[in-house]
Amino acid sequence: MKTKLTGLALATMMAIAPSAQAGEVEVLHWWTSGGEATSVAFLKKQLAESGVDWVDFAVAGGGGESAMTVLKSRAISGNSPTAAQIKGPSIQEWGELGFLSSIDDVAKANNWDEILPEVVSDVMKYQGEYVAAPVNVHRVNWLWANPEVFSKAGATIPTTWDDFMVQAQKLKDAGYIALAHGGQAWQDATVFEAVVLGVGGADYYNKAFVQADMDALNSATTKEVFETFGKLRQFVDINSPGRDWNLATSMVINGEAGMQIMGDWAKGEFKVAGKNAGTDYVCVAAPGTSGAYTFNVDSFAFFNQSDAESTAAQKVMAKEILSEDFQRVFNLNKGSIPARLGMARTEFDSCAHDSMDAFVASSASGSLVPSFAHGMAVSEAISGAIYDSATQFFNSDDSADQGVAQLVAAVAAAK
Amino acid sequence: MFDYLEKQLPKLIMAPTAIVMLVCMYGFIGWTAVLSFTKSRMLPQWEFVGWEQYERLFANPRWHVALDNLLVFTLLFIIIALLLGLMLAILLDRNIRNDGALRTIYLYPMAVSFIVTGTAWKWILNPGLGIEKMVRDLGFTDFEFRWLVDPDMAIYTIVIAAVWQSSGFVMAMFLAGLRGVDDSLIKAAQMDGASTFRTYWHVILPVMRPVFFGAVVILSHIAIKSFDLVQSLTGGGPGYSSDLPATFMYTHAFSRAQMGLGAASAMVMLAGVMAIIVPYLYSELRGKKS
Repeated sequence: MKTKLTGLALATMMAIAPSAQAGEVEVLHWWTSGGEATSVAFLKKQLAESGVDWVDFAVAGGGGESAMTVLKSRAISGNSPTAAQIKGPSIQEWGELGFLSSIDDVAKANNWDEILPEVVSDVMKYQGEYVAAPVNVHRVNWLWANPEVFSKAGATIPTTWDDFMVQAQKLKDAGYIALAHGGQAWQDATVFEAVVLGVGGADYYNKAFVQADMDALNSATTKEVFETFGKLRQFVDINSPGRDWNLATSMVINGEAGMQIMGDWAKGEFKVAGKNAGTDYVCVAAPGTSGAYTFNVDSFAFFNQSDAESTAAQKVMAKEILSEDFQRVFNLNKGSIPARLGMARTEFDSCAHDSMDAFVASSASGSLVPSFAHGMAVSEAISGAIYDSATQFFNSDDSADQGVAQLVAAVAAAK
Repeated sequence: MFDYLEKQLPKLIMAPTAIVMLVCMYGFIGWTAVLSFTKSRMLPQWEFVGWEQYERLFANPRWHVALDNLLVFTLLFIIIALLLGLMLAILLDRNIRNDGALRTIYLYPMAVSFIVTGTAWKWILNPGLGIEKMVRDLGFTDFEFRWLVDPDMAIYTIVIAAVWQSSGFVMAMFLAGLRGVDDSLIKAAQMDGASTFRTYWHVILPVMRPVFFGAVVILSHIAIKSFDLVQSLTGGGPGYSSDLPATFMYTHAFSRAQMGLGAASAMVMLAGVMAIIVPYLYSELRGKKS
């Protein structure tokens, strides 16, 4: 028995040995659903071609909460994965704790400063050095509409919030659900974010919801935001609490509802249902935000490794993530746009083209802002406080004044 | 040597369990207590801030919603589950036919996890899918039953689901208690001409006091810990109107990088459980000695 076991162990070691020489990367992520899994599989294949083995460390679960819990315990016990799907200000928090490793040499050799827009590369750097690589850019401030529903109700697709109320009322009168919405905190926050940007503009958005400036939060503009946000309550159907976002999207697809405010991952649902952009569904910027862009960038952050081989493999992975091939394939599957600029765009659909144009234009005009509803703008504590205030307000009869007071108190407490 | 070993054997066998208990229960309780006095955010860090986390906790409106909900939920859940369980037990104890089959039916919800219970009730209570739609389809088009989506009523839907799940278990406890009541007591009461109601009220129920106590303790700690049911039934919503301390703790400690605040809320929960368990243990242990 004993000899058998030793033999088995030897065999296993021999099987592992060659791949260990080529290096391997262990990657923590939560991309487990259809299109996302395809995208990850492509990265795995590309790395294999460069001689790097991929050890999958997928922890499923909405928004990556469970993945983060696992990551924290692994990091504390000194057994960090090679890379993990972390984004936004969290990268800075991990950097401060001293867990992240610099991949600045890869970035320099591959000109990342040139090919990445500054707002994106800033997020990827800790103390001026790259510690993470972006895989995509999502636009969050989209309005998805079913043109057939609109024409039946004699309504037009709104471009301002004032117009939105008028058109939504027409849809409602015609017997449709005007706004398809899932009453979960993050979805409430996603709509809230669109209202903030549409009503307050990019400057106000930056001051109040990125820098968390108390004066900007406690202002007449915030009150106006809550007034508009409150008016939306009437256009949501009674069954919305707890509904998942993709069910809300399918309400638009089926023609039960007129529109939905959701990030561009909603496109995947339309695609799966066999709908075409422009004819079967329309994507326009959320009301009042046509020149602006709330971005949500997914990225992989790289952790300190104890041996040289893993570090080398890590660098290969970093390089591959920003390769044109990976960026193209990944984003075609995920519905987002590539993080690197100046790529061929023929394969992408019209919504993605709009997104790319708006990304460049808003970047030039200064109205490209990080999404607070998707963890890009403020710390988890503050975004949690904003979530609480937005969802509590939307699900009650509170007045705009009460909404402002709650928001200000919650953000102050979370600082 | 052998004798010595034999004497020590029970202790040796118990030792691993005792160590695991000490470390994993009391050790981590202690650790959480220490964490609740630190500034810890994403990961534990040892900068002590005194009672600040507790002050922040009680300044948080969401925490107060959670505490109020806990009070409402615990009281209603325990009272209704007790009454319903007792009623079922008494009815089953009347020597009816097939009581074995009925008992199984009532106990069955217990075999289902809270996640399944929560999901099933979420569909049943959803106005567009469940009871409201069914009654409306029957022709009562004005019928409304919207507790699940009403922020003021959502907590009561959790009571409904929890009672459905647990009252069968309470029934089983009471049934065992009823079967254990000395027949001669009942016979004596009947000889004295007591009505069935009086027999139960004045003779049988007082004998069952320990069963009541046990049921209350078990139900109350189910109530304070409840997490999965809320998560699957309402997700704490609409808004955060049906949040409970356990869901509050989880959100803040694990997904919002506020570990200190989460630890503080966990300690308050522990204090709540202790307030119930300690007097119970005290009375139990004292009772045994005398």
